[in-house]
Amino acid sequence: MEEIKITPQLVKEHGLTEEEYQRILKFLGREPSYTELGLFSVMWSEHCSYKSSRVHLKNLPIRGKRVVQGPGENAGVIDIGDNYAIAFKIESHNHPSQVEPYQGAATGVGGIIRDVFTMGARPIASLNSLRFGDLETDLTKQLLGGIVSGIAGYGNCMGIPTVGGEVCFDPSYAGNCLVNAMCVGLVKSDSIVKAIAKGEGNPIIYVGSTTGRDGIHGASLLASAEFTEESKDKRPNVQVGDPFLEKLLLEACLELIEKDLIVGMQDMGAAGLISSSSEMATRGKSGIRMNLDKVPRREPGMIPYEIMLSESQERMLVCGKKGKEEDIKKIFEKWDLKAEVIGEVTNTGRLEILDQGKIVADVPVHALTEEAPVYNRPYSEPKYIAKISENKLKVTEPKSYNKALLNVLNSPNIGSKKWVYRQYDHQVRTNSTILPEKGDAAVLRIKENGKYIALTTDGNGRYCYLNPRQGAKLAVAEAARNLACVGADALAITNCLNFGNPEKPEIMWQFKEAIEGMSDACKHFDTPVTGGNVSFYNETNGKAIFPTPVIGMLGHSDPKDFKNSDVPFCTEGFKDEGDIIILLGETKEDMGGSEYLYVHKKDWKAAPPSLDLDKELNLHNLLRESIRKGLLKSAHDCSDGGLAVALAESCLTGNQGADIQLPANKLSLAVHLFSETQSRAVVTVKYDEVEALGALAKKHNTPCTVLGKVQSHDLSISLKERGTAGRQGNVISLTLEDMQKAFNTAINL
Amino acid sequence: MKAKIYITLKRTVLDPQGKAVTNALNSLGFNKVLDTRVGRYIEIELKEKNKQAAEKKVHQMCDQLLSNPVIEEYRFDLD
Repeated sequence: MEEIKITPQLVKEHGLTEEEYQRILKFLGREPSYTELGLFSVMWSEHCSYKSSRVHLKNLPIRGKRVVQGPGENAGVIDIGDNYAIAFKIESHNHPSQVEPYQGAATGVGGIIRDVFTMGARPIASLNSLRFGDLETDLTKQLLGGIVSGIAGYGNCMGIPTVGGEVCFDPSYAGNCLVNAMCVGLVKSDSIVKAIAKGEGNPIIYVGSTTGRDGIHGASLLASAEFTEESKDKRPNVQVGDPFLEKLLLEACLELIEKDLIVGMQDMGAAGLISSSSEMATRGKSGIRMNLDKVPRREPGMIPYEIMLSESQERMLVCGKKGKEEDIKKIFEKWDLKAEVIGEVTNTGRLEILDQGKIVADVPVHALTEEAPVYNRPYSEPKYIAKISENKLKVTEPKSYNKALLNVLNSPNIGSKKWVYRQYDHQVRTNSTILPEKGDAAVLRIKENGKYIALTTDGNGRYCYLNPRQGAKLAVAEAARNLACVGADALAITNCLNFGNPEKPEIMWQFKEAIEGMSDACKHFDTPVTGGNVSFYNETNGKAIFPTPVIGMLGHSDPKDFKNSDVPFCTEGFKDEGDIIILLGETKEDMGGSEYLYVHKKDWKAAPPSLDLDKELNLHNLLRESIRKGLLKSAHDCSDGGLAVALAESCLTGNQGADIQLPANKLSLAVHLFSETQSRAVVTVKYDEVEALGALAKKHNTPCTVLGKVQSHDLSISLKERGTAGRQGNVISLTLEDMQKAFNTAINL
Repeated sequence: MKAKIYITLKRTVLDPQGKAVTNALNSLGFNKVLDTRVGRYIEIELKEKNKQAAEKKVHQMCDQLLSNPVIEEYRFDLD
């Protein structure tokens, strides 16, 4: 084959700048070959190199006493005692899902599952955080349908329950949906595997599916550039997944680890063979020599460039132990998989690639990875921010509070996500203890050691748009609060940072601010960041999405700490008639970004809810202690949609009603009902335990207000006395059926 | 006029179903099967008499509904 000439035009098409090209020339001391240009192009892309985000990411807290593995590996690992640990990570697959919803979402799930089992962990749960445009549009319906069935298709076939997540809608995501997939796995602490290649002469083994031309430049072009109308022509960059093959790959890889045959392994995800080989060699401070003739291919005529860059799914690169090659092959054969020795570890620190006896690439490994360019991009506060901080909202009272509550319940952001989660198998493996929409976080039993873990994903793009620093803080606080509401300790987070084009100073400012806010909150709750993923260039025709950092948080409960060790968790539904309903925390006027204003198409662009991290943590400690002492019969976070929504949700989940007497305060009634003040929770206790909870609340310095009691069938909210709201008596009276109708039809395709 | 449309996955795209069929054929003893691609076959009756106009219509149908242009390709005969 004739060698392709490197021209400035070609360099540009590879997304490399002139300075970056000069840097390549310096590393190589010569002009790169076409293959080498391709390698640098993908490895130095935003997606693989984190070149715009690295300087900021290093400000996040990553240490903690339970952290076994922090950022930098395939997944983070957190110790949960008894020689067990949890591996978990969240990753975006936004651009592929926008182009081809089903396969984009499916391969996103497949990719994150591989990240977890390459650590030696058996995947035990998946979660997803999704963002779409306005649900009324045909495009959103089509995307939602395709993406949800893609997630279901892959996760269900793999036998991994999809236990939780979130779905939100806003026009800012119309041209660029977000699909953030999280996977959680269980691993024995002494058999964690790293993605490393070391030990001269150890074999480099290719396993799994064949290599095709699919997904070439997926990382550099799809994930590292904005969307324009032309993106449709880049369509062949999307891969097709095969969950049944991945299931075999999973079992085979876990068997390899059990039999102690390997040094390390890595999934061939974004940027395929080149990223896995160069990253493994970097971590092992070694080199790798590979012969591409041995790579199993799906189609004839593929050139080295294509083989190295292909993003075909369900493939892994394994660094085996020398002399164990046959044992390794035998295991893969048993699972019906291809395994080929394609190279070996060297001590040269170089990546040498041979094809048909000729060297087609020979580059220093560190040049591709550690020495990729790092940019401290300029940032500046966007103009809209000043307007928001000055804006004073005027909250008008609705004509009918009944109608207003029903409207909010009927919003797809608040309403039931049953249409989504009923397509997922959320109970396979029989460990799911709190099912979707039954509690504030998913809770799973760990049969192996009798403990429980709690999982949640949270993020509010609207809050982050209004104030990125505050929005990121609120996301961490909400996640930690959700875990506290089920009675679990918050241990650590993984984050998926979805932003626009980092070359724009306003976007970079949003990013920097969000990281700083997240960092503050994580330090306060002692939830270190163990990894995650940055997704930039979420823009369509120059318009960016709301900055959307998504937090995936891991929590932990030990039944020994619970008075009733058979029920080491708490759910959100009201339980028995006569139970007393109590609000923990205090309601203030926090209407900026609120669902109430958003749904009623009123101006919502003012400062998002304030947050006092100390108060927030007090509330969490109070929730945990009272749940563990067996005081609380239900607990539900009170935030999105406000107090009225939290009450209605607890009614709906518990199939009970509530008789509420709102105490008078300075707030207008609409604010009282729909303000999204943080650090609050709606809980219930048995009638004779109000005082016990009151005493605990005092200990934890948290306001505790009796709101009313659980009754059958109707939600009735009255004002006890004439406050500044200027009225008295009943303001909301709805039957369960009224609320169900609004809540359950919010998402209905 | 009748359109006979054949839709298959693009060559570059993995065909899990085809792979399963290859494996099944080989395990039944048809040892020489190297690869299988599974697709769909669709027949459509058209009112259109003009061949050129019909061709254009069928292309539109394939692009907009019958095939998934991201991962599939198609061809058709008219008679």
